[in-house]
Amino acid sequence: MNRDLSLLIGILAALLAVLLLGVFHSTLALDPGQRLASLALERLPESGVSNPVTAVLLNDRAYDTLLELAVLLAALLGIWSLGPARPGFQPAGPALAAMVDWVVPLAILSGGYLLWVGGHAPGGAFQAGALLGAAGVILRLAGNASAGLPSEVWQRWLIVLGAGVFSLIGLLLALTGYGFLSYPPGQAKWLILLIETAATIAIGVTLAAAYVGGRPRMAQPPRSPLAAPTADPEAKR
Amino acid sequence: MTTDSLILPIALPLLGALLTTALPRIAPVLGVIAAILTALSGLWLTGQVWGDAAQHVVLGGWALPLGIGVAADGLSASLLAMSSLVGLGISVYAVGYFSGSDRSPHFWPLWLLLWTALNGIFLAADLFNLYVMLELLGLSAAALGALTNSREAVAANLRYLLVGLLGSMSYLLGVALIYTAYGTLDIGLLSERIQPSALAATSVVLMTAGLALKAALFPLHFWLPPAHANAPAPVSAALSALVVKAAFYLILRLWTDLFANITTTGAAFILGALGAGAILWGSWRALRAERLKLLAAYSTVAQIGYLFLFFPLLQAMPPGPARDDLFAACVLMAVTHGFAKAGFFLAAGLVQKNAGHDRIDELGGAAQSMPATTFSIALAGSALIGLPPSGSFIAKWVMMRGAFETGQWWWLIVIATGTLLAAAYIFRVLSRAFGQEPTPRCFVTDARAEIPALLLALSSVALLGLAAGPIWSLLGFEGVQT
Amino acid sequence: MTAAFLYGGAGILLFALGLWSLLVHEPLLRKLIALNIMGAGVFHVFIAVAHRGDGTPPDPVPHALVLTGIVVAVSATALALALHNRLEQEASDSAKSTPAPAAGLVSGLSIRPQSDPIRHE
Repeated sequence: MNRDLSLLIGILAALLAVLLLGVFHSTLALDPGQRLASLALERLPESGVSNPVTAVLLNDRAYDTLLELAVLLAALLGIWSLGPARPGFQPAGPALAAMVDWVVPLAILSGGYLLWVGGHAPGGAFQAGALLGAAGVILRLAGNASAGLPSEVWQRWLIVLGAGVFSLIGLLLALTGYGFLSYPPGQAKWLILLIETAATIAIGVTLAAAYVGGRPRMAQPPRSPLAAPTADPEAKR
Repeated sequence: MTTDSLILPIALPLLGALLTTALPRIAPVLGVIAAILTALSGLWLTGQVWGDAAQHVVLGGWALPLGIGVAADGLSASLLAMSSLVGLGISVYAVGYFSGSDRSPHFWPLWLLLWTALNGIFLAADLFNLYVMLELLGLSAAALGALTNSREAVAANLRYLLVGLLGSMSYLLGVALIYTAYGTLDIGLLSERIQPSALAATSVVLMTAGLALKAALFPLHFWLPPAHANAPAPVSAALSALVVKAAFYLILRLWTDLFANITTTGAAFILGALGAGAILWGSWRALRAERLKLLAAYSTVAQIGYLFLFFPLLQAMPPGPARDDLFAACVLMAVTHGFAKAGFFLAAGLVQKNAGHDRIDELGGAAQSMPATTFSIALAGSALIGLPPSGSFIAKWVMMRGAFETGQWWWLIVIATGTLLAAAYIFRVLSRAFGQEPTPRCFVTDARAEIPALLLALSSVALLGLAAGPIWSLLGFEGVQT
Repeated sequence: MTAAFLYGGAGILLFALGLWSLLVHEPLLRKLIALNIMGAGVFHVFIAVAHRGDGTPPDPVPHALVLTGIVVAVSATALALALHNRLEQEASDSAKSTPAPAAGLVSGLSIRPQSDPIRHE
């Protein structure tokens, strides 16, 4: 793109920024007050958890969270429709393998901890799921072509676990008269925990599978040590 | 009961998507079952809105403004009925289209997720929830468009995805500003609170610009023709008939409901002018198109332009029966185009499958050997042109009368030119269908594929034209003023 | 109020910067980074709005919205990268000679293949 057009776009973007800054400043100056904060914090004791963000995510705006899981699923399905996964990297050397042996279990443990602690401190399903996904990424980088994930059949069930449990609980609540995703006051804590656990597993599997980048391949037969090493273009990265 | 009927059109396709993901071998069967159930739930809700009144529920068991509202009024219900019936037609067609193909297990979950997002958008009453639904819609539409995995399809849909993301970001910034000023995200509450101010104006511009990108309003339409033309036929039908409609519906909702106090004549004129550009440019490019599906995609650009032409008319008309007529005509036009374009794309897909290509100039033999399909193209084409008795004829009639009454006679020229150009490109397609020997004996050659296309095209002409009255009553208005 | 304005203002600047980069730069990876920066900018505005003064707990609703937004942005980025990967694969499959790995990363990033049969206005 030639420099004049680039400069023009830059000037327009700068003008837009100035306009938005002005509008934003004048709005803040008006001080609209509490917004939704007071309501959300008021509702906290009945929400079943004591972390206000988790309460909003899993209780007040649970519908959004359900759809967010659907968005993750859609992205992975799109990735899978594009073709099989590329072959994995070469197996890790001894130093990397040793580190992976420590880091991956730690990541999984930390994920579990974040899931549990999300009820009363910063944490929750998405954070835990992200750690699990990161564990999968580390495994793939260290040479495990499937990022530690099970076979495709299992993967398909695991990725729908989060949204599935969520929507089934929601429908059950609707059928029993409480309303879609409106938890009865006593059960909220356990329902939220159940939903978050399912979501964590689903998110972790989805993120790792997305990093693998394609439909899961069948397991490769073990290479004979006598065979000549094949050139793997990805090994150079 | 209220919660159930409002949530089922969203929960059912979502569950269907999850099941078809987990059980890919029986995906077509599950997909069709989910499609039937979803369509029934959508029609049930439409019936409820027709019979009783607008429905509304807040999810999360806590009153607004903290929970997320889900609502159905006349406008939502009309579009929901359209998405239910068109979606059902596309699903039945897709069973045959993808049978035996390895694309089938990929199509069904993504298609059901797209349907979830569509229904979610039509029923949403919360601005941030709309953002998530828009993203779901964009992701599944881009993934579906690239289903053939050909280079053109992947490139075009990557472009579509990026454009969609830009639109979503712009929309989200508008939402952030609204939350900053008014402290709530609920459309109903906001429509009471919003006052004319710099912030409200900035927000509406940001949100409209983002949504206009997604609705392919000229000149932001550049992504649409390649994306729609290179997708498989059922996907093209869904994209042209339903996905761009959802973005337009949102702009209509924002302008007439949320920001009704602050829309100005000038702003509405800009939208109308862009719509006029879309009509003229889109129809011209459709006339020059060499491929049938590219023609249909450009035709979509043009028809979306007609929908945007309603904005200056609605803005200028004072409240009253005439304005209600205009609003209902806008809805009728959107719904008719949905049926017509879906029928057109499904039929075009059949022609392409039969002939192996879709170059218009060489279609003669294929078109003649499939009379039902060609008839569907003709019916859908007549609805696209706006011939009586199709719904778009009534809509254009009301639009032209509105333009005359508000003194904006220049739109009349645009509408007339657009109609002429549409007639030209439709007749160009149909002229290939005659004059070859021998003529075929039976009308329908492949029932499962041709019947949905035929029914959709027939609906756009007959049902919607002759039964436009229900749309007026669905929206709560008296009958058309003649 | 000043803290909120500074933080949110920075978000707005990021939004504008990302918008400029998205429109101006050709390679896909830069466009994706630009989109993510725009997203980060909008999230900054939400977080700024959540601030209710030192000592009072912040508004949890914008925090939840941002968490949702991050996940959505990640999903979209993942799909865009996969589509791009597919394009690169096709390009290198049809190329007569395999490009050197160092050059491949740079030359293959443009979103438009060399001969784009679908011209757009």
